[in-house]
Amino acid sequence: MAQEDTNVIDQPEVVRHKMVTIEISGKKYEVPEGITVIKALWHTGQEVVRGAGCLGGFCGACATYYRTKDDPKVRTCLACQMAVEDGMSFTIMPPFPARKALYDIRSLKDPKQDLFNLYPEAPLCRNCNACTEACPQKIDVREGVWKAVFGDFKSVSEMFMDCVMCGMCTPVCIADIAPNLVALYVSRAQGAHFTEKPQGLDTRIKEIQDGRFNDEWKKVLAMSEQELADHCATVK
Amino acid sequence: MEIHALQQIVHQTRDARRKQTIPKFSPADRDRLIHQYHPDYRSSAYRPIRFGPNAGDKTVVELAALLEGDSSIQEHIDLTPQYTTDVLVVGGGGAGCAAALHAHATGAKVILATKLRLGDSNSVMAQGGMQISVAPEDSPVTHFLDTLKGGHMQNDHELLKVMVEEGPSIAKWLIELGVLFDRQADGNLHVKKGGGSSKPRLLTCSDYTGLEIMRVLKDEVLNQKIQLLEFCAAVELLSDENGQCTGAIFKDLDNHRHVVVAAKSVILATGGIGRLHIQGFPTSNHYGATGDGLCLSYRMGAKLDHIDTFQYHPSGAVYPEQLIGALVTEGIRSEGGHLVNAKGERFVNELDTRDVVSSSIIRECEEGRGIRTMSGRVGVWLDTPLLDAEHGPGTVEKHFPAMMMQFERFGIDISKDPVLIYPTLHYQNGGVKIDANSETNVKNLFVAGEASGGLHGRNRLMGNSLLDLMVFGKRSGLTAASRAGSASQGKLTVNHLQRFRADAKKHGNSSGVISPMILPAYTRREAERTVTN
Repeated sequence: MAQEDTNVIDQPEVVRHKMVTIEISGKKYEVPEGITVIKALWHTGQEVVRGAGCLGGFCGACATYYRTKDDPKVRTCLACQMAVEDGMSFTIMPPFPARKALYDIRSLKDPKQDLFNLYPEAPLCRNCNACTEACPQKIDVREGVWKAVFGDFKSVSEMFMDCVMCGMCTPVCIADIAPNLVALYVSRAQGAHFTEKPQGLDTRIKEIQDGRFNDEWKKVLAMSEQELADHCATVK
Repeated sequence: MEIHALQQIVHQTRDARRKQTIPKFSPADRDRLIHQYHPDYRSSAYRPIRFGPNAGDKTVVELAALLEGDSSIQEHIDLTPQYTTDVLVVGGGGAGCAAALHAHATGAKVILATKLRLGDSNSVMAQGGMQISVAPEDSPVTHFLDTLKGGHMQNDHELLKVMVEEGPSIAKWLIELGVLFDRQADGNLHVKKGGGSSKPRLLTCSDYTGLEIMRVLKDEVLNQKIQLLEFCAAVELLSDENGQCTGAIFKDLDNHRHVVVAAKSVILATGGIGRLHIQGFPTSNHYGATGDGLCLSYRMGAKLDHIDTFQYHPSGAVYPEQLIGALVTEGIRSEGGHLVNAKGERFVNELDTRDVVSSSIIRECEEGRGIRTMSGRVGVWLDTPLLDAEHGPGTVEKHFPAMMMQFERFGIDISKDPVLIYPTLHYQNGGVKIDANSETNVKNLFVAGEASGGLHGRNRLMGNSLLDLMVFGKRSGLTAASRAGSASQGKLTVNHLQRFRADAKKHGNSSGVISPMILPAYTRREAERTVTN
């Protein structure tokens, strides 16, 4: 069919038979060009238990350090979201023993002050910007830490909506801050304490408790299969 | 042709398409389309299950083999428990976390075991939102009717009524824990319209709804100091002399040792089966979506419901190759994104139910109006730049940051260029049959979330999964915890395996595979191929 032939994408970067040489945790392997880092691990026969999760770039399980050919800069990525290229070298990041503060978010009295009790290291940021550079989600992490310390919880919660909690901002911090955990606390506090309560939601909960929909339920649940199907068809 | 050249037709026809309204199919046309093109109706992919509670029922061959599979556990195994608890939750996604938190809140002792890390799940990827009838013009009854219509009238009415009525209080609970749902200017919850729904009802956290909910729930599980067994995969359940559930056996994936947990009740929140790659489909599911809970419950004698029907999400990425199967959120279509074939035409009302939209995409591609990639895949365009044209520049970036970033990594700007999509294996519509407290026909065995069946009928409506997880996670957790006080720990046996194996023998033995699968065997498969997909 002529039509089909014209509707074929000529993919420049598609996975090809061409093999490239990469280094996994210091050891050289040949893998097909363009496959993802996680698939490169499978390709070389490595069982992956730790270091794979959602495979969709959301869970942060596959945080990885990598370097491309002749570039001294060590970068970070999510292994399921990064294609391999010739000369690339990578290692999956092991779990980092960061300290998570424990708190009961609902009973906090002064969440902005409590930040300093829960994470006393937060104000000690020395502005080196390593956390921002380490973030595979391109969050301005350093700016977020400062905004948290200055009490701008709303901005932090918006900036960190992209955070997949991979934790790559933590091992690079010279002040031993775990920025992703600080931001998580701040975002939860923002949601639980500094966001308006939605009035309409309370109204709906009360309506259900008061049985406002009981008559309609009675009518619908008493219907025969056919009546119910006909009724569903009228809902627009 | 170069991809940009092929995309031109989408740009050229955009203005003309914006003036078009595509009516929904009539019920008869809709049925005809689904019967002809939906993968659920490809009979060669199905076979009857030979024995067990669903003997004679048909399901896909991949699942049938696992259900008829043998256990890795031998009957003489030492069952001295390493851990004893009131409630054992298996699975660390949305349903598992909700179950654990609610059970823990009553004072019961809870252990949460998961084969990956806490939170590694499908829930974390849910982008479209969570259906809860909070808008004044909406109601739980309307939510009920929409869901029923979407599920082809096959939904369990009792489960469905419970879900839609408890929705609003779930939203309140999540907000109290700090979940940041999108708001209107007046502070009320912002609602979006989802496919198959008559009213705007989707609560969202931009396109990170699942991630935001899971970040909060995971954090809460840690704050409540609920005992975790991570990297522990459930390989068998335990039963007492009456066949009631009394615990589970795990395999620690780090040291390969068995871990025996005695529990007064067990909640399986093990999720779906996308990684079985039914009918060769790519999947949007997480690494561990291998249907473990179905196999475990089936051997215990739990009945399954609607296990012949699966959801193929209309918009799985087809290009670039690295993103094959990954989801392009339905939110794009909710906000008006068009589906466009190679001729630049729309061919379906984009907000119809997922089964209808998927079937129509398959039809376009099978009838030669698709766009092919050089690796042999085929798809249709999803016109993402239309959103910026319609609602102003920056809309895609603002409303779909996750999507933008995912494609940006491969040099594609979805606010400027349309994306190529094809249906991807997304959700198991059925599962283990449960009652309104999320309990199976096996006493003290609960199943919550995607692993359960009945609620969604034959097609789950977008946004109902996140709510399902929270509602039935909660109900299973509360019911299981409420039994802890009066019940004593039952005996630990694997007697049900004797029964299962005898049954298998009578019907020509097990399928020859060991189930549950735990993780997909990509290592071997990838190594065998030169080209991966």
